[in-house]
Amino acid sequence: MSTTVIELTDIRKTYRTGDVEVHAVNGVSLRIKRGEFVAIMGSSGSGKSTLMNMLGCLDQPTSGSYLLDGVNVAKLGRAELSRLRNQKLGFVFQSFNLLARTTACENVELPLFYTNPHVPLRERRQRAIKALEKVGLGARLYNHPNQLSGGQQQRVAIARALVNQPELVLADEPTGNLDTRTSIEVMGLFQTLNDAGITVVMVTHELDIAAYCKRIIVMRDGKIIRDEPSTQRIFASDQRAALDASEQHASLS
Amino acid sequence: MLHALTSPLLRAGITAMIAFRALRRNKLRSILTALGIIIGVASVVSIMALGRGTQRRIQDQVSSLGSNLLIVFSKSRRTNAAAAGSGDSSNLTLEDVEAIRREVRSVQAASPEVTLTAQAVAAGRNWSTTIAGESPGYLRIRDWPLARGSMFTEREVRSVARVAVIGSRTARELFGPLNPVGQTVRIKNMPFTIIGQLKSKGAGIGGANQDDRIVIPYTTAMRRLTGDKYPRLVTLQISSEGLMSAAQEQVTALLRQRHRLTAGRKNDFDIVNQKEIADTVNSITNSLTYLLGGIAGLSLLVGGIGIMNIMLVSVTERTREIGTRIAVGAQPRDILLQFLIESITLSLFGGGIGVALGYGVSAAASMIPNFHPSVSLGSVAVAFGISFIVGVFFGFYPARKAANMNPIAALRFE
Repeated sequence: MSTTVIELTDIRKTYRTGDVEVHAVNGVSLRIKRGEFVAIMGSSGSGKSTLMNMLGCLDQPTSGSYLLDGVNVAKLGRAELSRLRNQKLGFVFQSFNLLARTTACENVELPLFYTNPHVPLRERRQRAIKALEKVGLGARLYNHPNQLSGGQQQRVAIARALVNQPELVLADEPTGNLDTRTSIEVMGLFQTLNDAGITVVMVTHELDIAAYCKRIIVMRDGKIIRDEPSTQRIFASDQRAALDASEQHASLS
Repeated sequence: MLHALTSPLLRAGITAMIAFRALRRNKLRSILTALGIIIGVASVVSIMALGRGTQRRIQDQVSSLGSNLLIVFSKSRRTNAAAAGSGDSSNLTLEDVEAIRREVRSVQAASPEVTLTAQAVAAGRNWSTTIAGESPGYLRIRDWPLARGSMFTEREVRSVARVAVIGSRTARELFGPLNPVGQTVRIKNMPFTIIGQLKSKGAGIGGANQDDRIVIPYTTAMRRLTGDKYPRLVTLQISSEGLMSAAQEQVTALLRQRHRLTAGRKNDFDIVNQKEIADTVNSITNSLTYLLGGIAGLSLLVGGIGIMNIMLVSVTERTREIGTRIAVGAQPRDILLQFLIESITLSLFGGGIGVALGYGVSAAASMIPNFHPSVSLGSVAVAFGISFIVGVFFGFYPARKAANMNPIAALRFE
């Protein structure tokens, strides 16, 4: 097992629209080690989403090499990519993407349905419950998404990303649909998970969300223009305390 | 690859479970979607059942005539002028009947028949009924037992006796619950002594009530009531089914010879074979049943299109779900199978309910007296088979659409 989870070398992704070639990602090289907490930032059109799709094995680069946990992804077919996503990656989306009218538990079990070799029913249920307990939803196992708040829904989605013990959790604007307090809550959860050793890569365009991470990568026009450790890292517990204080202040005045 | 081979069956089972869950989430829609198939299968199954019932009823009616019968009709009434012109008598005569009895050995019994409709009067009551002039063998030919009393004999035929055997309906109309045997009934003002009563036989071909009749010796009918010299028809009973066509040929040849018909001239009589009647009626009901069943089958097609429509809507509606499934590791074939199983389940579920409804219709129809519709296992199997095919056929396109989705676009679909 290498300590490098992701190794990108000169990754390019070119779209052709009619006669015009668009270089969405234009020569990105990047190495992410186990236990890192990375934010990828950039305005829209910077190529961060395209890069994220390739990291998530949902899209193949036009050229360059991508080693995920030592496996060369560029050479794999659709079936192997599915298997890789299932066993090495966990996804968290901006709009949660939970199945409606399905309990939290069944939502979390979803990746295990597609795991090969087969995971028996009892074990699926146990692992889903464990993952939900890890994100603090042990009391909400059998609620449907419409009975949960936005923050709780996103935590179900995070539990779903964790249930197969992935090498890497990929989060795409995970706080984009959440209010300030809930965003703090969710980022706090990511920090806790990261402290427990889980590698997290997150796309965001908000600086104060990126500040929760340990490393910030900024992209522009398909290239990385900055890649540095977070200098003013913030922590969810401090933020929550500050928010409580300011609210108290507001209600007093 | 090993992982692809480890558990394809388990994987299919899991996929089926996912599909069932999806259908359960949308109960009302699932039922409405299956409605087309439900109606289609129910109508195919019940039409086939009713068709079989009708066929059986007609067979019962045909066999209630008796067994192994040839019926010879005289054409003379229609062709009298032509026959007179040719100088030949083309009537069916009592001598013809005698000759048939004598010369065609497979003929077991022969009964010349004269029928008329007349008013019967007894005990101050009036009833218009069919008077049938027959020979004593008539009851055996028709396989018709007596309820009480006895049949008239050859002697009474020869003596042109005024005796009568009365049908159960006629007896009820004239005498109510009383025993008619020994009573007198007046037909055309002529008193007849009732010596027997027939058992009830029910409706015959064409729905006429066979029990509404009075049977008297044919000689009496011809001489005293109609004045006819010749019987209208002769019923022949052949000793076994295998001899029917041979007997038909022999009787035809004999009558042609007796009527001096030269080769090339048409028969001046008609011979109807009981088996032919049954076969003809059978084939007509059969083709009607299949025609109606086929039309009902069309509604299965419509039901299939309904399933495809809803599956397409469902695939579009669940684009994000499909994207999510692919993202967490579902392979295209898992998605294909999931939606295919959904549509097959819908159509088989519809087929099941349809078969149950078909049984219900058949059971309801069997309340009609003397009607016994029966659901054939064949039609159930065909209905299920067609619903399965409909499910696969109309489910495949939506399922393939789902399986071929680009996960990136699907995940962001609004």
